[in-house]
Amino acid sequence: MMAEYLAALAAVLVAPFIGGVLMGVDRIVSARLQSRQGPPLFQPFYDILKLFAKRRMAANTFQMISVSVYLASMVLSLALLVMGQDLLVLLFILALGNIMLILGGFSVKSPYSQLGSQREVLVLLAYEPLLVCMVVGAYIMTGSFSAASVFGLDRPLALSMPAFVVTQALVMAMKLHKSPFDVSASHHAHQELVRGLYTEFSGPQMAVIELAHLYELVLLLGFIALFWHTNLAVGIALALACHGAVIILDNISARMTTRWMFGFTWSFGLALAAANLAALYATGPLPR
Amino acid sequence: MGLIDIARSKSPWILHFDAGACNGCDIELLACLTPVYDVERFGIINIGNPKHADVLLVTGTVNKRSARVLRNLYDQMPEPKAVVAIGACALSGGVFHQCYNILGGVDAVLPVDVYVPGCAPKPEAIIEGVVMALGRMQEREQARKRGAA
Repeated sequence: MMAEYLAALAAVLVAPFIGGVLMGVDRIVSARLQSRQGPPLFQPFYDILKLFAKRRMAANTFQMISVSVYLASMVLSLALLVMGQDLLVLLFILALGNIMLILGGFSVKSPYSQLGSQREVLVLLAYEPLLVCMVVGAYIMTGSFSAASVFGLDRPLALSMPAFVVTQALVMAMKLHKSPFDVSASHHAHQELVRGLYTEFSGPQMAVIELAHLYELVLLLGFIALFWHTNLAVGIALALACHGAVIILDNISARMTTRWMFGFTWSFGLALAAANLAALYATGPLPR
Repeated sequence: MGLIDIARSKSPWILHFDAGACNGCDIELLACLTPVYDVERFGIINIGNPKHADVLLVTGTVNKRSARVLRNLYDQMPEPKAVVAIGACALSGGVFHQCYNILGGVDAVLPVDVYVPGCAPKPEAIIEGVVMALGRMQEREQARKRGAA
């Protein structure tokens, strides 16, 4: 038990550094794809430090609460995953954090923030079924919702649940606000909602959100690495490959509408998930 | 120089406001973002949101209408912040100086840190203006710290 707590603590301490470097790589790769040189590798850290050092300018007190809960939920989810806890609880905590951030966006009467929050609700609604289906698949395989029972399998999940690697990559693109799913906000303000959901968060609040994003990135990569837990090097390579695919998708596609996003994820994504779940039902759980 | 100062100098997010320019300066400013100049090399992002911005870049003359918007944008930016006036019109009103609806340059409304002359200024000059504004911002912060201590 002690070892699990220590592993979780180590993950929570190290995650922002890994997330920041990966985010830096993301920005450099994106820039290179656009024939630009791009920012320094450690740019995300400079941005977060600078935002923390800006004078506080909150529209209301709820904003700081909402971003704090958002960060706490990301940190807790990551810790739960590393400790091998219940995956369903993890999803609920993840959703709670996202909903608090959305409420923070709704708490200010700015049209950009309001519209961005409304769209973020739709994004949440689009990817949440895919996440739940993934956990259901893991349940069929192991007979338990806990991540620890997945760690206990002697065969990687990806061999029985290949479609869920694709849906997890889709979830990653949506959660990281990458094109074509960057309807509610995007890193660069190149869209009609300016910063959308994040418009009204300034200075230290924005820094907390950016820090939470680093945890979120590591968590999403962790989800994908879970699919090849037997050899963590392969798992990490799979996760990084998915991240690379998401970055390329971001740069080769334009932003689509919420309606399209909804139709795409609920038809293509859920069809993939359903087909894989049906196959799992047919073959039954793995012999333990 | 502390870690915060380094972070500030490496991550200036800009807000661009056209107070009434002919778009000449705006084109030169936007050229800074293109692959040729690529200001993201220096961590500069055109953020388009006053609440996230550090440096306000203003082009064009300030008239009675745009003064209100300009003031509002400036007030929404959290400290520490800097203002850069770009082009002849933003410096003094340019060819529109003493027009009936013109208040003058940006400094008629806001405290300007750096003036970038030209009609229109080259992208290199604009980038240098932002860098100089960061220096001014740093000096002001240090003066504030000394005053507080």
